[in-house]
This record gives sequence, C-alpha cells and structure tokens, in this order.
Amino acid sequence: MSTSLRNNAVLAGVLLLPLGVLLGAFWIPEAKGDPAFRIFYLHVPIALTAYGCFGVGAWKALRLLWKGERRYDLESYTAIHMGVIFGLLTLVTGSIWAKYAWGTWWSWGERQLVLFLILFLFYSSYFMLRYSTDPGPRRERNSAVYALFGVTLIPVSFLAIRIAGTILHPTVFTHEGPQMTWEIFTIFLISFAGMLALAATLYRVELAGKRIDASLRELRELLA
Amino acid sequence: MTTAEKYVTGAYLVLLGALLAYLIIIALKVGRLEQELADLTRAAREKQGG
Repeated sequence: MSTSLRNNAVLAGVLLLPLGVLLGAFWIPEAKGDPAFRIFYLHVPIALTAYGCFGVGAWKALRLLWKGERRYDLESYTAIHMGVIFGLLTLVTGSIWAKYAWGTWWSWGERQLVLFLILFLFYSSYFMLRYSTDPGPRRERNSAVYALFGVTLIPVSFLAIRIAGTILHPTVFTHEGPQMTWEIFTIFLISFAGMLALAATLYRVELAGKRIDASLRELRELLA
Repeated sequence: MTTAEKYVTGAYLVLLGALLAYLIIIALKVGRLEQELADLTRAAREKQGG
C-alpha cells in the first residue's frame, strides 16, 4: 500500500466513522420500531469487517502457499489478528443489542450467532496453533493451511442461515437485496466504509510494528 | 436518557474503549521498540569501536 493510499485510509476512517455515527444519531430518529436500532450502524459494519479481515488473512495464506514468499505469513497473521479483534467487538455489540431487543445477552438457538461464535473461536485458536510450533517454514505452512480452512466457515455461515431460517436474528441482506430503507442503507454504507478504513489503518500500524519487531530481532542476532 | 439510548451509548462506548485500549498498547509497543533500537545502536557502536 502506498503512503498516499495509507493516508487516505486514515483520513477516510477519521471522517466517515463519525459521519456515520452522527447521521445515525440525528438523521434517522427510529427504525423498525426498535429504539436501539442505531447499534445496527456499528454492529453490522464491524461484523462484515471481521469477515473481511479473515478473508484477507486467508488470501495472504493462499499466496504464501502458492508463491512461497515468507512476507505473506506476517500479513496473514496480522489480518487474522485484526479479524479476531473485530470479531470480539461484533459479539460484544451484538450482545448489547440482543439484551435490549430480545431480553437476553445470548441465544444458543440462533444459528447465525452460534456459527459466528464458532468462526471466532476457530480463529482465536489460530494463535495457539501458531505459537505451539517453532518459528520457521513449518509454522508458516501450518498457519496458512489453518487460515485457509477457517475461511470456508464464512460461506457456510451465510448459507446455513438462509437455508435453515432464523428465529430472532434478522437477515437484512437477502437475494432480493438489502431489506432496509435507502436512508438506513446510506448510513450503513458510510459506516461500513469508515469501519473498513479503520481496519485498514489498524492493519498497517500492526503490520509495521510486527515488521520492525522482526527486523530488530534479526539485528540482535547479527550483533550477538 | 431512555433505556434504548443507554444501550446504544454502551455499544458505541465499547468501540471507543477498544480503540483507546489499542492506542495504549501501540504506544507501549512503540516505546519498547524505541528502547530496543537504542540498545542495539549502542551495541553496534561498541562493537565498531572494538
């Protein structure tokens, strides 16, 4: 990513996220009879960003296995790291909304919730697998295969919900398009763009930190 | 503030809290990296000086 693109991502995150929040707070007074609906502009973009991060992690893992370039290992690891953070935020914000809308923090009967939890726990386990083996090509390959396997859970999650139906959790994106008014969809798109920009910024910062860490470790070994 | 508004505020505060926590972690990490770099620079100078 070039410096100008990186700066644009930071700028987009700084502008779009607060814009989404403000529009959600003042433009749409209430939606679907749920006064807590404004959490939608936070919860759904965070969830989709988490999916996106896992997708990027898997893509980088595939590149590692395909091209054999070691830099993709760190990039895949960083994307999954971000995905787990956004995944945790999805679960927390979703639980807050659920407590208000359904009267409970969690429902084990909801396939969408349980499948997302499985995906989150699967990628949380990635770190245990990664740090259970010594650094080197073996660890990189194992981590890449695990990251690729996990990403298959995303379409499974989407399909299972649409095939099996849902009890409490609404499905807003169907084959007939987004099931919401244009105002809500506009604010959602702004918030989603802001969240993606935020994730891209955090990814770059985290990756830079990890790269500097690796370079310093190498330098320490050379000087020893 | 209504109950719904409290829940909405709570959800947004979670994101804000997470961002602040991340900022603190990054700040600590940068400090550690700065210290390590200073140590390595000193070690390299000592090695060069014999």
